[in-house]
Amino acid sequence: MMQKGLLNVKKIRKDFPILKRQLDSGKPLIYLDNAATTQKPLAVINAIHDYYMNYNSNIHRAVHQLAEEATAAYESTRQKVAKFINARSTDEIVFTRNTTEAINLVAYAWGRANIGKGDKIVITEIEHHSNIVPWQILTQEKGAKLEYIGVDDSGYLKMDQYQKHLDSKKVKLVSVSQMSNVLGTITPVNDIIKMSHERGIPVLIDGAQSVPHMPVDVQKMDCDFLAFSAHKMLGPTGVGILYVKREILENMPPFIGGGDMIKEVHKYETRYNDLPYKFEGGTPNIADVIGFAAAIDYLNNIGMDRVRDHEIDITRYALDRIGGVKGVTIYGPPNPMDRGGVVSFNIGDIHPHDLATIMNDHGIAIRSGHHCAQVLMERLDVAATSRASFYIYNTKEEVDALIGALDEARRLFKI
Amino acid sequence: MSDDIYREIILDHYRNPRNKGKMPNADVSIHDSNPLCGDEIDIHMKIEDDKIRDIKFEGRGCAISQASASMLTEMVMNKQLTSVKDLTKDDILENIGLTNLGPARIKCALLSLKVLKLGMVKYYADRDPTSAKKLAEDSRAL
Ligand SMILES: Cc1ncc(COP(=O)(O)O)c(C=O)c1O
Repeated sequence: MMQKGLLNVKKIRKDFPILKRQLDSGKPLIYLDNAATTQKPLAVINAIHDYYMNYNSNIHRAVHQLAEEATAAYESTRQKVAKFINARSTDEIVFTRNTTEAINLVAYAWGRANIGKGDKIVITEIEHHSNIVPWQILTQEKGAKLEYIGVDDSGYLKMDQYQKHLDSKKVKLVSVSQMSNVLGTITPVNDIIKMSHERGIPVLIDGAQSVPHMPVDVQKMDCDFLAFSAHKMLGPTGVGILYVKREILENMPPFIGGGDMIKEVHKYETRYNDLPYKFEGGTPNIADVIGFAAAIDYLNNIGMDRVRDHEIDITRYALDRIGGVKGVTIYGPPNPMDRGGVVSFNIGDIHPHDLATIMNDHGIAIRSGHHCAQVLMERLDVAATSRASFYIYNTKEEVDALIGALDEARRLFKI
Repeated sequence: MSDDIYREIILDHYRNPRNKGKMPNADVSIHDSNPLCGDEIDIHMKIEDDKIRDIKFEGRGCAISQASASMLTEMVMNKQLTSVKDLTKDDILENIGLTNLGPARIKCALLSLKVLKLGMVKYYADRDPTSAKKLAEDSRAL
């Protein structure tokens, strides 16, 4: 059934030069590793090229024409990001290297000033290592405690455990992913935030998987921190975004000390720069921040509602088809409305790395392993899974090719 | 390509590994993992008069890493360490019949050799520091 507003994938694919590539196997590329990083449209590649060809310069510090052009382009990305997630102001948008650095910035700068002995930080069993390890470091340093919200067998968070943690009255921060990079689970962030705000506890949302794949509105959601990566949403590597509510950012000590983050430096003291520059020490990744603006434009042209609809459609199809293969176990919520375009699975006793090798023969790029979520792997009691993850340029025909390769794997392994 | 890798013999060693299990009174036990894949191998050995009297492995991971470990234990069982210690990457790849693996999967195939070499480093540490040093270098290069 053709729904009104489904994406014109054929047209979209023409914008991604890499999708025309032939691989060593002689097969065309079928790229299903989008949760790791997405491909880049020509507009993004050209924007970076244009910067280096025509106005490469350091920003914020010079009055010559190139510096003015580069500064304007860099800051226009900040405006686009603010608008994209509906932040009140560009002052609330800090550029980092990636989601990982954004979360570490909060742990280091906000966490060291606000977490003390006996305090608790609540995270969940579905978190990526980047939303676990920084909190382990912080809680160990401070004599605080890390608590987990468990996940049930279908991949949903156990909200009663969350309630219990909150009732213990020691919680000082809640940090939760809005979409699992393994199970695809979309977590009930609105409820999570509401419940914690009733007790005055701030919430960090790991948006690495959600922001690229669905509409995210920081004012509606009312989160205190949001972290995500440009490279997972058509943008270049090396650019992360940390959104922080202004009231919190104003009171946060700095992260990295050095150039750009200062107003005045004297022998023994420094006046820090205004928001958000106070948190961007040193020359940033100017070219890639500029390239990221083209990615946001591209997504805005499509519309995030339609991105989400496309992924629900293809995920429903993939769950059906993959789930229909003999010997397959699929992890995560069965209902495509409750999950993003990520399907993790295992088949018989075939190890995911062997499956990925067989897939590679078919030109299919999928991910295999623990997906930087070893806590979740332990909870699922598996060493590894295979994961197919989708984006705007993926088609149902590509899912069919994946099924063909799965059949081949069953033949080779005789299952 | 996968047809060449996942041959009968590889699947047989994967599903029916030889010399797999614990060894409570081992002279040398050593563990390593492949961070890329998460493959894990433990090797236990009884060594007498510089000879591998018994060898067992434990582990989990892909068919290539586990079959390779299983075949390696058969290859070195009852062998003099002097002949085992110079085993090369190519010896292993030929032994398991996988000479055209890509760079990522070669690591899987060679993990057990790496662990074996680390085990010999432990054994030679006091007895023959020069050999220990060379084995340590070899294992790092794998
Ligand atoms: C849910 C989630 N959080 C955090 C990250 C880390 O992103 P980055 O590697 O860009 O810092 C990822 C990326 O895999 C992710 O999927």
